[in-house]
Order: sequence, then C-alpha cells, then structure tokens
Amino acid sequence: MTAQAAPAAAPGSGTDPGAAPRRRRPARLRRIVALAGILPFAIYVLLGLGAPAAAIAVGAFQNPDTGAFTMNNVKIATSGIYLHGFLITTELSLITSIVPGIFGFLIGYAIYTARRGSILRRISVTAGGVFANFGGVPLAFLFIATLGTTGIATKWLTDIGFNPYEHGFNLYDLGGVALVYMYFQIPLMVLVILPAFEGLRPAWREAAANMGARTWHYWRHIGWPVLMPSVLGCVLLLFGSAFSAYATAEALTSGTIPLTAIQIGSFLNGNVLAGQQNVGKALGLGMILIIAVLMVFYSLLQRRAARWLR
Amino acid sequence: MAAIISDELAEEAAATPGPPPRRRWSFPVWRWVILVVAGIYFLIPLYAALRFAGISSFGQVVKQTGFSDALTLSIKLAIMTTVLTLALMVPTTIYVHLRLPRLRRVMESVTILPIIIPPVVLIVGVLEVSPSYLKSTPYLLGLIYVVLAMPFAYRSLDAGLRALDLRTLVDAAASLGAGWRSTLLRVIVPNLRTALLSATVLTVALVLGEFTMASLDLYQTFPVWIVAFDQTSGPVSTAASLLALFVTWLFLMLIVTVGSRRARRTGGGQVDLISVTRQDTSRPRIEES
Repeated sequence: MTAQAAPAAAPGSGTDPGAAPRRRRPARLRRIVALAGILPFAIYVLLGLGAPAAAIAVGAFQNPDTGAFTMNNVKIATSGIYLHGFLITTELSLITSIVPGIFGFLIGYAIYTARRGSILRRISVTAGGVFANFGGVPLAFLFIATLGTTGIATKWLTDIGFNPYEHGFNLYDLGGVALVYMYFQIPLMVLVILPAFEGLRPAWREAAANMGARTWHYWRHIGWPVLMPSVLGCVLLLFGSAFSAYATAEALTSGTIPLTAIQIGSFLNGNVLAGQQNVGKALGLGMILIIAVLMVFYSLLQRRAARWLR
Repeated sequence: MAAIISDELAEEAAATPGPPPRRRWSFPVWRWVILVVAGIYFLIPLYAALRFAGISSFGQVVKQTGFSDALTLSIKLAIMTTVLTLALMVPTTIYVHLRLPRLRRVMESVTILPIIIPPVVLIVGVLEVSPSYLKSTPYLLGLIYVVLAMPFAYRSLDAGLRALDLRTLVDAAASLGAGWRSTLLRVIVPNLRTALLSATVLTVALVLGEFTMASLDLYQTFPVWIVAFDQTSGPVSTAASLLALFVTWLFLMLIVTVGSRRARRTGGGQVDLISVTRQDTSRPRIEES
C-alpha cells in the first residue's frame, strides 16, 4: 500500500494551493526519499558514463605533463590533419545519411504499402533489423569478398568489361567506405521511418480525395509536410550513426582514412607525439559536442513530428 | 488493433481515388521494383561472402588458434553484462513506473546518453578513470557494456511495462497478501517475459558484436579475433564473419517469434528518441499479427 503514497502525494501538492504549507512538507520529503530507489542506477550511470565523460572534458583542456589548463589540445584538434579529419568525417556522414535517407524512404514506403502481417512485410522488417545492426568487422569482410580487388562482384564486372578498379573505384578509400556504410544505413532508415508512414491517417487521404486532390496534390500538400520533420529527424539520426562509426572503417581500411573516430583510436593505440596525449580527448569532446547538437535538433524535430503521430 | 484496421483502410484509400483501374496495378509494380533492387543489393554481398569463404572454411574456423579463447571471453562477457544489466535495469524501471512516473522522461534522456557518446570516445574516458586493477582484466569491458546496453534494455522494459496495468497488478498482489519480493518475482517478472527476453537478446547481441571498445582495450573478444585473424586467412575470417552474422540473425528472429506470439501493442506509431534503438523499432512492428 505504500506504493500509492507517492503518486497520490505528487499531484496533491500541486493541485491544492489553499492547503497549509505544513502539509506540503512531508510530501516533498517523501518524494526525496522515493528517489533513493533509483540510487543504484544513478551511481552506475555516474561512474560508467559521467566520470569518463568528465575525464574527457577536463583532459581536453589539460597539459598532459603538468596538468595545467591549456587551450593547446583544442587548438591542435581543430587544425591540420585533425580539422581535416572532422571535415572528412562530416563529408562521409553527409553522404551516408542523405543517400541512404532517400533509398530508405522509398523502400520504407514500399514496405508500408504492403499489407500488414504479410510475408513480404515480415521478411523486410526482420531483415531490416538484422542489417541495421550489422556493422563493423563482419560487414567489412562481406564487402571485401564482394567488391575487393579479388571479390566476386569485381570479377563479374571485369568479365563484362568493366573493372571498377580501373574506373576510379576503390573499396578501401572514402567512396568504398561510403558504399559499405549504406549497407547498414539504408535498413536503419527503413526501420526509423516506418512508424512515420504509419502516422499518415487514411482519413487525410480520403478528405483530400473528397476535395478533388490527385495523388500528387496529396503528397505535395499533406503527405510530405506531415512526414518532413520525421524524415529530417531520421536523416539526422543516420548522420549521427555514421559520424560515430568506427569499427567498419577501421576493419576495412586499417585506419588509412583520416576519420576522427579512427584518429581517436590511434591515440589509444599509442601512436602519439609527445605532449599531444590529450589531443585525443579534445577530439572526443568535439565529437560529443557535434552529436549533442544533432540530438537537440533531432528531439526538436521529433516533437514537431509527434503532433501528427499520436 | 486500431492501427491494423487503419492500415487496411490506407491501402483502400490509396487504391480507390483517381482513375481507378490503372492505379491499382501500377502501385504493386512500383513497390516490387524497389524491393527487388534492394534485395539484390543486400543479398549479393552475402552470396559473395559465402562463395569466397567456401563450405570447408566453416569447419576450419573452429580449429584456428585463439578461436575458443576469443569465443569463451565473448560469451563470459555476454553473460556478465546481461546479468548486471537486468539486475540494474529491471528493478529501476519498475520502480520508476510505480513510484516516480514523472521521472520517465528523465530516464529516457539519461539512457539515450550512451548513444550520444560514441563508443570510441567513451573508451578513452573509461581507460582514463578506471583504477588499474580493473584495467588489467577484460571484465572492465563487461562493466562498460552495461552502460552501452542501457538504451536497449531500458526501452524494451519500458515498452513492456507500459503495456501492463502495473498498478492494478501490484495492488491485486498486495491485497492477496504478497510481499514486495513475491510481487516482483511472481507477478511482475512473469508478465514481463517478452520484454525481459528482448532486453536479454539485445544485450547479448550487442556484446557479441562489439568491436570498438574491445579492440581499443586490447582484449581479444570474438569480433577482435576475427580481424586479428584476417592477416593469415581471408576465407576463414570471412566464414567467421558470416557465422557472426547468422548468430545475430538467429537472436533477432528469436525476439520476433516470441514477440509475435505474445501480440501486444506497445505505442506503435510514434517516432521519438525510442527509435534510436534500432532493434526496438522493429519489434513492436512485428508483434502485431
């Protein structure tokens, strides 16, 4: 029965302003006591997430030898090869969020138009779940076997007179990495955009049809405006996913592409100039900040999208 | 249920307006073209990898040096992470639902943080603050994987709890004289079976596939071993990769089958931060059949 106390008390303290202040106190106290129940979780998050994040934030502004405050790490992290790294990472993330965004949107719509519960839909959605989670090492190997210099698709293409490696393609450079990223980015887009399609009410379509709208009108004036915040949100999500990816590019190129994530990794592997040990932390802080900004935009867009999706 | 009906209507609505006879046919054709092209893009690498690896390589994977050590380590970490994650997240999530429903939003934002912080960044911080006795064992990874698993575990459990009438269950149990422990273990947990299973499976899949942190912490878990191994034999590591993929597939199929047997609406048509957890979005969609 104690369970009832807290929720009952919570609205009580707000809804009757006429009550004596004396009555409020125990409720507030009880609420503080109630917070104790999430203490183990809070401590774990603080130790496992808060402390490392704080260490990065502090370390980014610290001289690795003396521990004194310095802007030097940040300065190095935002210039030269590291600035280049951020730019390349951004470029790669842009390509691998917009292109899969478009394909994922089309595939998602194709799946959405299939009957719910149909075999087609079931297979597509499960496969989407599998492929969206299929990053990293195994994925790199799949593509090496397909489009590597001795890959099977490379051989097929060579047989029909088009060796991709003689036409500027290289699996181990930025374009190749982008192609591989699509393999998990497209399914991810499908999975996150499907609920948005399901938010399109049939009644809107009927109402539009009643007023004489053709398919094009419906999409131009109703479908797209309703979907747009979700689509943008999902593309942002893809951007974040590509931005923080490490394993796939590392396994594919062994770190030859200057992506920020890989540069951070090489700091941990000990490939560091003396006095620059903390530049990795400045890079990490930069990544966190960029993704945090994206997440803010994402949640704003979702809030906008949610208006139509309930 | 409402969503199922409305979906059927959506198709009718899509088919009827406009000049009727043509539309009904042009629609599926367009859909099939897209799905077939997508299917080809996704299947060719699988086929290529199978051909490249050859059947015999699958047998050889097991015999390679380091295979059993790497696999054992990964499995140990998976068990450790799952037990810790459930022990931490199940009571917390239930508690939040019962006593602190206002904190659900906060919990959602907090558990999204491990997704905001890229693993490659998190491991830098973790190695920075960990005491050396933790750094010298691979089980530090297990402790951190709990953090990585939080978004998935929390969302599975949250969705499961939202589908229950938790308050009624707890009150009914209390009125029958059950104490807190038996309410939790004999009333709530059995009702959460699907959510618990999906949290478990997602956690296990995450640990078995995690590469970034393990490789930077310099421990040879299974995914790290596959890469380290590449230098010696391409076909065998490709076979190992395919095995890893099939294991993930099996795990996800397990969620789907169990999930669809226990059909349940869990906040279907909404996209919010929940969608970040990739698996979670796929789940409610399949559950209703």
